[in-house]
Amino acid sequence: MKIFIRESPKEGRLWVSVRDNGRGMDENEAAKAADPFYTTRITRKVGLGIPLFKASAEATDGSFEIRSKKGEGTEIAAMFHTSHIDCLPLGKIEDSIAALIFMNPEMDIEYIHECCSNRFKLDTREIKKVLGDVSISLPEVVDWIKEYVRNGLDELNGGVGNEIS
Amino acid sequence: MKSLKELEEIKQKTLDSVNLRKDRSGGTRVVVGMATCGIAAGARPVLLAFLEEVKKRNLGDVTVSQTGCIGVCRLEPMVEVYRPGEEKVTYVKMTADKVKRVVAEHIVNGRPVTEFTIGAAE
Ligand SMILES: Nc1ncnc2c1ncn2[C@@H]1O[C@H](COP(=O)(O)OP(=O)(O)OP(=O)(O)O)[C@@H](O)[C@H]1O
Ligand code: FES
Ligand SMILES: [Mg+2]
Repeated sequence: MKIFIRESPKEGRLWVSVRDNGRGMDENEAAKAADPFYTTRITRKVGLGIPLFKASAEATDGSFEIRSKKGEGTEIAAMFHTSHIDCLPLGKIEDSIAALIFMNPEMDIEYIHECCSNRFKLDTREIKKVLGDVSISLPEVVDWIKEYVRNGLDELNGGVGNEIS
Repeated sequence: MKSLKELEEIKQKTLDSVNLRKDRSGGTRVVVGMATCGIAAGARPVLLAFLEEVKKRNLGDVTVSQTGCIGVCRLEPMVEVYRPGEEKVTYVKMTADKVKRVVAEHIVNGRPVTEFTIGAAE
């Protein structure tokens, strides 16, 4: 799974894309995915993940897109106008990423965050390589991930991160 | 600054203390509901707070895990605590602050925090 976030303070825009190589959806399913009353869950009758994401982008006059192919994967992407009064803050991304990794220890997750001309990257495959047999869901490791992301994002915004050549 | 070297150290420390950590299956289990409704209600900081407390107090026999849906959206974030040989305790409307008390009073000292339980909310 790949998470890509790009901020452009100059343009007042933010792009978020989440891509996977999971089961994918056919045209019909993909078209319905943004409908809150469509879900393949069996625990309840509404599915809110995608509708909430779409609504938060559209509330800023931004855009939302879903591309999917059955059996191959899905990409969900949105653009936000960050200066729009209804633009929600990104929140604690380090918490989101750490919790996501903790919840899906077997999944390979890549997270790339760009701002201006700086880039931060986290790849769970590299972390797992270092850890060997030690679980990525260990509380100490989750905490390390959280701090690592926080530090990386602070550097991005401080402009002292790695310049993209 | 966090570095991969520090990650290496965590790994080494864990391997060295393998005896302390070898079998958590007989210990306490904490399950946090992490469906979208739970996350929207604030389940993420609750989950991370449990992990943080387990790490800080070095609770080697406690496992924290997550599940999709516990079933009562309006009471989210919900958390279930299973202590060996005891009945399950379900906590509702959890926050990171409440987590500290649940860990100290229930998980460490064995006394459920009744005022946070589903029984008190209903
Ligand atoms: N990445 C994906 N790959 C394949 N199918 C997907 C993907 N994302 C969503 N879907 C399909 O679209 C449905 C709606 O997704 P959505 O995230 O809105 O709700 P949900 O996942 O069902 O529930 P919730 O997000 O509220 O926990 C899902 O039930 C699933 O069938
Ligand atoms: S859907 Fe909300 S608790 Fe399960
Ligand atoms: Mg979803």
